[in-house]
Amino acid sequence: MAIALENAVQTEVAVRLEDLHKVFGTGRQAVTALDGIDLAVRPGEFVCLVGASGCGKTTLLNLIAGLEQPSSGRITLTTSRPAVMFQEHALMPWLTVHRNIELPLRLAGVGRAERAAKVEELLSLVRLEGTGRKRPHELSGGMRQRVALARSLASAVQGSADGKHALMLMDEPFSALDAITRDLLQAELLRVWRATGTAVVFVTHDVREAVRLGQRVVLLSSRPGRVVDEWDVDGLTGSDESAAVDTIGAKLREVISTHAAA
Amino acid sequence: MPQLDQDTAEHKTAHGDGPSGAEVDGAIGGLDALDAPDAGPQRSRGRRIAAAVLPPIGAAVLFIAIWQAVWAAAWVPEHRLPSPLTIGEVFWGLVETGQVWELLWTSVHRAVIGFIIALAIATPLGLLLARVRIVRAAIGPLVSGLQSLPSVAWVPAAVIWFGLTDASIYMVVLLGAVPSIANGLVAGIDQIPPILPRVGKVMGAGSLANARHILLPAALPGYLAGMKQGWAFSWRSLMAAELIASSPELGDGLGQFLHNGMSLFDMPMVITGILLILVVGVGIELLVFAPLEKVTLNARGLRKS
Repeated sequence: MAIALENAVQTEVAVRLEDLHKVFGTGRQAVTALDGIDLAVRPGEFVCLVGASGCGKTTLLNLIAGLEQPSSGRITLTTSRPAVMFQEHALMPWLTVHRNIELPLRLAGVGRAERAAKVEELLSLVRLEGTGRKRPHELSGGMRQRVALARSLASAVQGSADGKHALMLMDEPFSALDAITRDLLQAELLRVWRATGTAVVFVTHDVREAVRLGQRVVLLSSRPGRVVDEWDVDGLTGSDESAAVDTIGAKLREVISTHAAA
Repeated sequence: MPQLDQDTAEHKTAHGDGPSGAEVDGAIGGLDALDAPDAGPQRSRGRRIAAAVLPPIGAAVLFIAIWQAVWAAAWVPEHRLPSPLTIGEVFWGLVETGQVWELLWTSVHRAVIGFIIALAIATPLGLLLARVRIVRAAIGPLVSGLQSLPSVAWVPAAVIWFGLTDASIYMVVLLGAVPSIANGLVAGIDQIPPILPRVGKVMGAGSLANARHILLPAALPGYLAGMKQGWAFSWRSLMAAELIASSPELGDGLGQFLHNGMSLFDMPMVITGILLILVVGVGIELLVFAPLEKVTLNARGLRKS
């Protein structure tokens, strides 16, 4: 299946990772975080990366985002500058909601009127109309994470104004939220993703979340991080969805249990 | 019986994304209303002002009453402890002759100029200390150490270098204020959550844009705290300098007034001088720094108003 997918996306690719290695430290203290990752994401595709702690999920996102440099291998981006959403909302506490969402547009030198229009549009997209003048500390955790989503979208969509595809990198963005809020935000994210058509690389340690959100789930092993397997989970519902969760969960446990012996 | 998972599964859309759009819409709105932090009951403006103003006034009245009682008991000779009324008369005398404005102007304008120069030196120094590792390793401990060195200790050196001039006084003020302001800025920058500059970088901010849009605003609370302390250090260094390096060429500031009071063995004059110094210190703090700090902290949700 993986091979068939590779062929299908040969023509159009948003992100391509080829034999990506990342080693931290040198000599005897060197730790291999990523060991030969090959991955391609199509424009508009929603890919979930799943793995236990230490599988280099965050490192992988940082590499794609350009926050770190790979030790070897190649990253090809045909998209605009990727937008990143973190586990913490990472909103600027001194800026209002409006100014926070506007920040990537200001940094990109977008004019005032265009910025205001864009922010209004994004606020209504994440259903936060009327909160533009509030500060992050006046919002609930779920609202803050939606503001962060709107800010990432501003950043992603801004870059794609010149016809390039948009790409969002999400690093466990809902894991710090309570279960009720997380459930609703997952639905929100899917709605927003469909509305904007941006490609998403979503990192999580929650298999259920990965299956629910992603079109494709990629399982990474830990220390060193390698692609173990991947599943097409697009459009699964009901018992198919539960079966996929069980299959991937079983494989994940199998990968984790190899570490117990070592 | 509440709905189970099997029942809700029927509501799923073709893509299997859980509850339907309308359901989520309502639920999101409900959650926002439930989860958003409550601002808490607001007291009326009059009551808030009363709550802020009445306790210190009460404390002052109590203090003067005790003072008056101790004076009336005549335990201490009059030339060592004058009555509150005598102080009031000396003060009123200063106001009537206009001398008080001259005293205040001489000292306050020196302190303000000294503070502004200190700010201009300390801000780049603080930025360098916070962001350039080698600078911090080299002079960081020295700057922290200078903060605990009483700036009065510089007065003899300043007098030997510059004589009894304004330059000596400014030197002492600067050596008192610059380390505090620089250290405040360093602390402010150190306390920035590392995620914020990373977010800036991800959004494509270069190092200048990052400093302008993220580092400086994020460090503002610490910077303000440093400025506040820097002002206190300027003011007390100035008083020390004026008190020790007093000469007719330097004009009459509050320090000289205090010095003259000591020379004349005039206790009412000395106490009036101390009170004036206190009033200026507290006044600047309340009128300038407290509102600035309040606005800054409120905007960041760091303070219960």
